[in-house]
Amino acid sequence: MIPRTLFQKIWDAHVVHRLPEGPALIYVDLHLVHEVTSPQAFAGLRLTGRRVRRPDLTIATVDHNVPTGDRLVPIADPVAARQLEALERNARDSSVELFDLRSPHQGIVHVIGPELGLTQPGMVIVCGDSHTSTHGAFGALAFGIGTSEVEHVLATQCLVASQPRTLEAHIIGRPGTGVAAKDLILALIGQIGTAGATGHVIEYTGEAIRALSMEERMTVCNMSIEAGARAGLIAPDETTVAYLAGRPRAPQGAAWTRAAEQWKRLRSDPGAEYDVGVALDAAAVAPQVTWGTSPGMVKDIAGRVPHPSDFPTAAEQRAAARALEYMGLAPGMALEGLPVDRVFLGSCTNARIEDLRVAARVVRGHRVAPHVRALVVPGSQQVKVQAEREGLDRIFREAGFEWRNSGCSMCLGMNADILQPGERCASTSNRNFEGRQGRGGRTHLMSPAMAAAAAVAGRLVDVRGWTLADLPGSLELAS
Amino acid sequence: MQPFVRHVGKAAALPRTNVDTDQIVPKQFLKRLERTGFGPSLFHDWRYRPDGAPNPDFELNRAEAHGATVLVTGANFGCGSSREHAVWALAEHGFRAIVAPSFADIFFANCCQNGLLPVRLLAREVDELFRRCRAAGGEYWLTVDLEQQRVEDGLGFTAPFPMDPYRREMLLRGLDEIGRTLLEEPRIAEYERRRAAGTAP
Repeated sequence: MIPRTLFQKIWDAHVVHRLPEGPALIYVDLHLVHEVTSPQAFAGLRLTGRRVRRPDLTIATVDHNVPTGDRLVPIADPVAARQLEALERNARDSSVELFDLRSPHQGIVHVIGPELGLTQPGMVIVCGDSHTSTHGAFGALAFGIGTSEVEHVLATQCLVASQPRTLEAHIIGRPGTGVAAKDLILALIGQIGTAGATGHVIEYTGEAIRALSMEERMTVCNMSIEAGARAGLIAPDETTVAYLAGRPRAPQGAAWTRAAEQWKRLRSDPGAEYDVGVALDAAAVAPQVTWGTSPGMVKDIAGRVPHPSDFPTAAEQRAAARALEYMGLAPGMALEGLPVDRVFLGSCTNARIEDLRVAARVVRGHRVAPHVRALVVPGSQQVKVQAEREGLDRIFREAGFEWRNSGCSMCLGMNADILQPGERCASTSNRNFEGRQGRGGRTHLMSPAMAAAAAVAGRLVDVRGWTLADLPGSLELAS
Repeated sequence: MQPFVRHVGKAAALPRTNVDTDQIVPKQFLKRLERTGFGPSLFHDWRYRPDGAPNPDFELNRAEAHGATVLVTGANFGCGSSREHAVWALAEHGFRAIVAPSFADIFFANCCQNGLLPVRLLAREVDELFRRCRAAGGEYWLTVDLEQQRVEDGLGFTAPFPMDPYRREMLLRGLDEIGRTLLEEPRIAEYERRRAAGTAP
């Protein structure tokens, strides 16, 4: 038999039918739905008299536009409220399970899927959201789709898709103290570019990946889309199985034993060939900070803002010049020391319990700088409850952070959590696009430890040196 | 879906790379329940100043871009968020085709679902279109022919473009993809039976 990649195995197992023109009809095991990209899909079904084929494989939650303040206060934005009501109605009419604002399991769709054990190795998972790539951390083929395709999956439980190519990102070595999974993926995107993996599924391999926790793997896979990839994948192993054990929607009893055995065997065959290969040495990666308006515009924290003439093509030079103007930066400026106005700890990239623990460890015993407004938005209500059980909320509150309910919040600013024009934000989210966090807002992407340190220092700092010099006692950042 | 066979239209140049869907439709406009009404929000934060007045510096606000139906732009167009609202906004604004060296995957698929033709040309061909568009000073017309898979300006520029046969057929005929897939219902049901019995591939 020809050795196959992990991607190829999952793909082959989900081909319902190969269409004569080339693409395949692919079966979807889990369809996640949220309020912003689904109303037109449900409306389309109503218009054509079609129904949701497999409500039992469809799960809905509200996350993108929900307020993160007091849940007892009615939603101030009537348009947002209308969208939430529409999802409630659509879910009810179609017998789709919905985790709404009253549910203890509500949260960002890519946080609750894994948390509930809905996300499982070997599955095909889709959602009308580009960060669906997150679920690839479990060895599931997971990718974002548009609303027309959401409607297609609702009606048929299938998707018409051409087979993507494969890219192996082999990450060797061990990251140093204070270097997080976020730094690895930002460094990789910096290396291959924001379109470096377009048309490809990335499989992350190597000892640096194997050593990551499930939550760290989710951070890596989450940002695959920021490299242009269709999806990101990490082969399941003992870490994966241990994470899923006992989760409410994971298989139970004999079915669990059988599934766990199968999952541990699900990996690329030795000698399987990828279309493209890239390599990264984790030991050489420093904490990363973006300086521009695209995730590929990234540097070591010790680096300097580049000059547009550093870039090879006229198009890149124009983009860099434009980014510098938007970001209010000049070529040659040091990134370290850049003052920040806001800090956002949240998003489907970095708002899980481990992220909050690391950030709390940096913050403990300190105060947020007087000119900084800092926000913690847990990725789900379950993460929030767990953090409160561990006393993390107290650490954040005492330091001067706002402690919120879960949602996408300031990652995309669809609710009231937005930057004001010109405000500079240290953010644990995934996109530093112009206006992403609010019109005129200036986003610097970084890890939770780096963002937490920036909140305390009031400026961008290298959490490694800063830790040793300024924190009492010894502090182990890397778990 | 509106079929796309051949379109002759005025071109407008937006020589920027990595134009993300947050720029095409900013998030504050994503709360609608319909597929319509997104045209006015197209490129909102670039098109309008904070006070709501049109931004004269924005490429598509210049007189020569008015009435354009073919957008010529830079690499990795439509990257970022999966929001199909971006395609709805471009289509409602009047664009029928987007010409670029490359597109983000989800955006490309969304275009094809809506009869907005994504045309991939070589980077040097797109640069040539930028040049010709600028030189023409406002009346630069392109013919985008999906049947022939070719872009021409009638002034010597001609370039072929790729399109997979499945999408080409869907676009040419304006087919309802869901209706088509539902014809495969017996195969889907059979796949589900095999899966349940544990005999799927």
